[in-house]
Amino acid sequence: MNGEPKTVIEVEDLVTHYGGRKILDGVSMNVTEGEIMVIMGGSGSGKSTLLRYMMALERQTSGTIKLLDQDIGKLNQQEMFGLRKKIGVAFQGGALFSSMTVGENIMLPLYEHAHLDMMTMEIMARMKLEVVDLAGFEDLMPAELSGGMIKRAAFARAVIMDPKLLFCDEPSAGLDPVVASALDDLILKLRDALQMTVVVVTHELDSVFKIADRVTVLDRGHILFIGTVEELRNNKSERIQNLLNRRPEDETIDPDEYLRRLTGEEETGGDATL
Amino acid sequence: MKNVGNGITDYTEKIGRQTIAGVEEIGNGGFLLLESFYWLFVGPKLKQPVRFGAVIAQMMEIGINAIPLIAMMAGTIGAMMAMQSIYMLRIFGAESQVTYGVAFSVVREFAPLITGILVAGRSGSALAARLGTMKISQEIDALKVMGINPVRYLVVPALLGMVVMVPALTIFNMMVGMLCAGLYINADLGISLAAYSEQVIDILSVGDVIHGVGKSVLFAVLIALIGVINGASVTGGAEGVGKVTTRAVVQAISAIIVTDMLFAFMATR
Repeated sequence: MNGEPKTVIEVEDLVTHYGGRKILDGVSMNVTEGEIMVIMGGSGSGKSTLLRYMMALERQTSGTIKLLDQDIGKLNQQEMFGLRKKIGVAFQGGALFSSMTVGENIMLPLYEHAHLDMMTMEIMARMKLEVVDLAGFEDLMPAELSGGMIKRAAFARAVIMDPKLLFCDEPSAGLDPVVASALDDLILKLRDALQMTVVVVTHELDSVFKIADRVTVLDRGHILFIGTVEELRNNKSERIQNLLNRRPEDETIDPDEYLRRLTGEEETGGDATL
Repeated sequence: MKNVGNGITDYTEKIGRQTIAGVEEIGNGGFLLLESFYWLFVGPKLKQPVRFGAVIAQMMEIGINAIPLIAMMAGTIGAMMAMQSIYMLRIFGAESQVTYGVAFSVVREFAPLITGILVAGRSGSALAARLGTMKISQEIDALKVMGINPVRYLVVPALLGMVVMVPALTIFNMMVGMLCAGLYINADLGISLAAYSEQVIDILSVGDVIHGVGKSVLFAVLIALIGVINGASVTGGAEGVGKVTTRAVVQAISAIIVTDMLFAFMATR
């Protein structure tokens, strides 16, 4: 042991397309055990796409993604099933099942994978609800919860199996600053309490500065920056500074391209099929 | 002229794309059916069984909750069949033969067809809307990341529920339809219910009932697969859910009618 942190997520030269359009172009990054890695970038930069590939919701055709030393492109169905038990995901909108109570939502992974008796599962669900400050809400339906409570319940479900990796997609999107800040505290608390590695996609700068150990900045499908928060603040790149200072970038448009957009003509031989 | 040429090209291209999309959907349906069988039979060995409770819940929703509607429609159609048959046979003075027309029509044709159409409108649309809503709210993604296969968890229970309950509803439809037809015939022609029942039993063979129930199984599979494929193809939020729901109902009813015709053609050769 040399004390160097172990890499638990490794993305190597990932290229993805949507239709004919390239979304991620040669993305390489890694996340080490126990850290909170924040992926940020403007709208359309490819951060949510990157997260979907890291969560193995999409299978890559180019490049490699390794989670917990397993190349997800080479796993068979059963191996992927085993890996998924070690991953928790808190989706942007919570993605709680509307036909189930909060408690049933949280117990679902246990019910499907852990084969425990109902009493034990209920106790475990209540414990996780307590961690996210939702004790006593297990019998409510998701429709009866506020936006912030839905996200916290989603966190409880994401960590019910004590995963090694936690992925969070825009956890504070659509929330007021106070609730958003409380969610940031929750992410830190979960990481420390459950010793997980956390990957958060967000464009909320306050969250980035509060929770990130390291930050990856994506721009139009490319990695623009990877480093600590301090390094991010001190980075002199114009694009990084624009992002940090919320300055819109001047977009230079080719006059021919502009004319094509106006007339609705497609570029001959182009791949803009969408 | 150039615009006319472009119009023809666009139209041809559109037909081509829709044809390819149609073939792709049929392929998806076949694959989905195979995957459903896989989870049904291999799932338990992988410790990922199809939940019995989910199947029962689907059977309740598709079958038990549809009983009042099926009873009402079956009764109405049975009585209507009796009225039309008596009206037509009266031309030849052969009203007493009305049981022939009613029994064959209801058991071989109307019971499975009407049941299929009602279930497509009621449960096929609900299935498409449910899956569509789950997809746009990322609930399907949530299942996947939890290691829960959506086909095993959502599709197989719905498919099993349909395959069990649509034939059961068809048999129920046959009984209610025949009963209501008998009541009308009794009132109009004075043929007693006992005599009517005896005639029905004499006329119908087990093969006639199997013909009706057999095609209802096909209808059940079609309704489930079309509902799932449409629900899974949703894009664009709430409006998209509305579109796929309508599309699922239209496609399912069309598929049922075409299948019914093909089934009738092959079964009567």
